[in-house]
Amino acid sequence: MLEISQNFVDAIIAQSRAEYPDECCGVILGPTGSDKAARLKPMINAAHSPTFYEFDSKDLLALYREIDDNDEEIVVIYHSHTETEARPSRTDIAYASEPLAHYVLVSTREEIAPAIEFRSFRIIDGVVTEEEVSITV
Amino acid sequence: MTIDVRIPTILRPYTKDQKSVQATGSSLGALIADLDLNYAGLGERLLEDGALRRFINIYINDEDVRFLGGLDSPVKDGDSVTILPAVAGG
Repeated sequence: MLEISQNFVDAIIAQSRAEYPDECCGVILGPTGSDKAARLKPMINAAHSPTFYEFDSKDLLALYREIDDNDEEIVVIYHSHTETEARPSRTDIAYASEPLAHYVLVSTREEIAPAIEFRSFRIIDGVVTEEEVSITV
Repeated sequence: MTIDVRIPTILRPYTKDQKSVQATGSSLGALIADLDLNYAGLGERLLEDGALRRFINIYINDEDVRFLGGLDSPVKDGDSVTILPAVAGG
């Protein structure tokens, strides 16, 4: 199960809308070993694409240095799907490489507007398992 | 010549869970060959058909090796190499 605060959910949805039609992306960090989504860090989608996202390579190195220095880990990796459902695509599964992270997908596709989808998955060795999202105040 | 290589979580099964290991070599290519000798299978996770995999980022100190000369990038004693899988998807 992923526990996440309403503030972070709102911020991720706002970021998805702001960067539409491109996919948006980012991470939520937490103390190492805590599995606690404590610190939201939006990232730039270096692909600037409605169908792909990728952290910029320099930003990626800086991110890992930062979390090492702070004794943090990546608890959540999130990105938006702007035209499709909020579930991992084939490329999401192929490139997923943080077995400890919760992979959050948000969909802002028009056919469900103004509703959105906000779902969380584990992706380990190509196997996708959806998990419950518990939104806290 | 000893270079410290930082291993990401997903590749630690190859390094008996060590976060960083030592390797030798005067170029990135030689370094990866040395890593693979000591940690069998690691080379294949970094290379595909003899070239760096698109969704694996390798840095020498602060620079992405794609901007340094790829596998030919020189490495020297005291450099630190960081391997990070890209965070990417569709």
